[in-house]
Amino acid sequence: MADAKVIPFDDDRSRGGTQRPGRRRSGGRRDAAPEAAPAPVSALPGQQAVSQGQEGGRGPQEAAHAVGPQQDGGQAEEARERPGGGWDRRVAGGLAFLRRRITGDYEVDEFGYDKELTDQVLMSLIRPFYEKYFRVEVKGVENIPAEGGALVVANHSGTLPLDGLMMQVAVHDHHPAGRHLRLLAADLVFMLPVVNELARKAGHTLACAEDAQALLERGEVVGVMPEGFKGIGKPFSERYKLQRFGRGGFVSTALRAGTPIVPCSIVGAEEIYPMIGNSKTLARLLGFPYFPITPTFPWLGPAGLVPLPTKWTIQFGEPIPTDGYPPEAAEDPMLMFNLTDQVREQIQHTLYKLLVQRRSVFF
Amino acid sequence: MIGVDAVPPGHHLGGADFVRADIRQPAIARVLAEHAVDTVVHMDVTGTPLGAGGRTAVKETNVIGTMQLLGACQKSPSVRRLVVKSSTSVYGSAPRDPAVFTETTPPKSLPSGGFAKDAVEVEGYVRGFARRRPDVAVCVLRFANILGPGADSPLAEYFSLPVLPTVFGYDPRLQFVHEDDVIDVLRIAAHEPRRGTLNSGTFNVAGEGVLLLSQCSRRLGRPTVPVLLPAVRWVGSALRSVGVSDFSPEQIRLLTHGRVVSTEQMRQTLGFEPKYTTAGAFADFARSRGPGLLPPDALARAVDGVAALPFRPFAQAAAPATSTLSTPGAE
Repeated sequence: MADAKVIPFDDDRSRGGTQRPGRRRSGGRRDAAPEAAPAPVSALPGQQAVSQGQEGGRGPQEAAHAVGPQQDGGQAEEARERPGGGWDRRVAGGLAFLRRRITGDYEVDEFGYDKELTDQVLMSLIRPFYEKYFRVEVKGVENIPAEGGALVVANHSGTLPLDGLMMQVAVHDHHPAGRHLRLLAADLVFMLPVVNELARKAGHTLACAEDAQALLERGEVVGVMPEGFKGIGKPFSERYKLQRFGRGGFVSTALRAGTPIVPCSIVGAEEIYPMIGNSKTLARLLGFPYFPITPTFPWLGPAGLVPLPTKWTIQFGEPIPTDGYPPEAAEDPMLMFNLTDQVREQIQHTLYKLLVQRRSVFF
Repeated sequence: MIGVDAVPPGHHLGGADFVRADIRQPAIARVLAEHAVDTVVHMDVTGTPLGAGGRTAVKETNVIGTMQLLGACQKSPSVRRLVVKSSTSVYGSAPRDPAVFTETTPPKSLPSGGFAKDAVEVEGYVRGFARRRPDVAVCVLRFANILGPGADSPLAEYFSLPVLPTVFGYDPRLQFVHEDDVIDVLRIAAHEPRRGTLNSGTFNVAGEGVLLLSQCSRRLGRPTVPVLLPAVRWVGSALRSVGVSDFSPEQIRLLTHGRVVSTEQMRQTLGFEPKYTTAGAFADFARSRGPGLLPPDALARAVDGVAALPFRPFAQAAAPATSTLSTPGAE
């Protein structure tokens, strides 16, 4: 199980692999830390300190000090259900977090990514959806390299881009090196108030070649969904049929940066809002690319916004290396089309495989 | 070394002579010829109105002044080097823009008016001049928002308000450059390039790092009032028409979408390392403005006071309190 040839041994893995997320789910993300290699990633030592502090009772001051920069209100809330946890440490950590936030004493990167806020608050807000609602099963997350840039290319579906957020939690919580996925989002995201603010703080940025390349060159894991609005806004009848992959710009960006492409297939997102119609008039009126009509929306009003509780699987496939090509390859349209097709085929193939294995949409 | 301005300087100029001339008049050509000037540093591209006259006078100084000055430089055979102070506002700021602008990024939506449009036009004239006089080394410095104890830009005025109106649902990324660094980089640009560097071309100048507007307000200790974007635009134009403030639509766009530039070229090619980071420049500015209504020190002391309370009896009550409190702090 530990050695990972994901696609070829898929059938064996999926049966053996089902226990893994279950085991992890029981302990939340803190269980993931001890498994992690002691890579010099900034987030890890703190997380390890948390888990060590819980398992082997350390001196309270020392532990509180170590926990300090990593704790938060969201975790304190989560911890209330856990009896016998170190209360003082949690409170001290929460207060230290609060102190940094209200005095503005934290860092954001050039893209507006607020790592602390994402780790402590935003992820805790999405995690219940990830663990309890959609019960996401993650496979092959180790296909994302432990260090250096990588471009994760995924299918896009579900009317609202929840699949991107779930993919982000999947990488954040399950990757052994604690990598952070930096998603590329449509310009619509950055035009909407509140949404744009949260998206930037969660590390998302505009889907354009400049930003993608800058992030890849800095050695970040970048997530992109090249189907864009064509994929997310497709009718329910076309579910799991990959749309055209844009103009393949993601391939040339990865080639320029020399980073591997990790194909990713997401099953379950297609059924959360079954889109049976598209009101083009309303969409044009509101300036949206599509206006979904589902069995519940807009008929039930806000209640129609509740997604169906489908069971999700996110599978990261084997990375496709791009560093073997000469520098001028990024300008070669034939190679672009071939690589784009290769990535697309691999995602589509894995989608079909996962669909065959799926017992039911909801379980 | 000579300094030229339309008004006499308020302080001693060191070793420099002062010549009173208006760059909107052709007299500037005579100044260049009389003193056999070899290096021209054009600083008069500014967003702040000089006394009365308002926006029209500023635009005239910026654009007509630059045209006159460039015309004079073109006629003067002695000029070898031209340095122009521009601004990163030439990139505009729009949601469709990439997160980080490099010197070659074309703006998605050109600034429609105000100082930013002046800067775009000035740069256009400077490019034309560089084509006509290839023997002159031309350096265009695009400064991020200049802050420091002596800054009097519209943004510094904004940060001096007791309560900062912000645009609801947007938290722009801002970059600052300290006024001392501005002087240093102008000095580098006006002299012969050091070994291994090149000081002609276009360079973004900004301190390292980024601050969000929410961070700025917390570090200043000034509370924010989120206002819906249409209301902000309406109030802004109302204030402008009354003449109370020159808070241009460009400023509103900056405070909505923010702007971050890449300083790679400044470090690699120009060979300039700013002494102040963005956060450092802002801290220096905050010190000069005095504490706001919610000074961060006092808030930090309050939190420390809570943390110093004995834990056991406190823990049950405090845990819900922290989790609710951290949300407004996190926004």
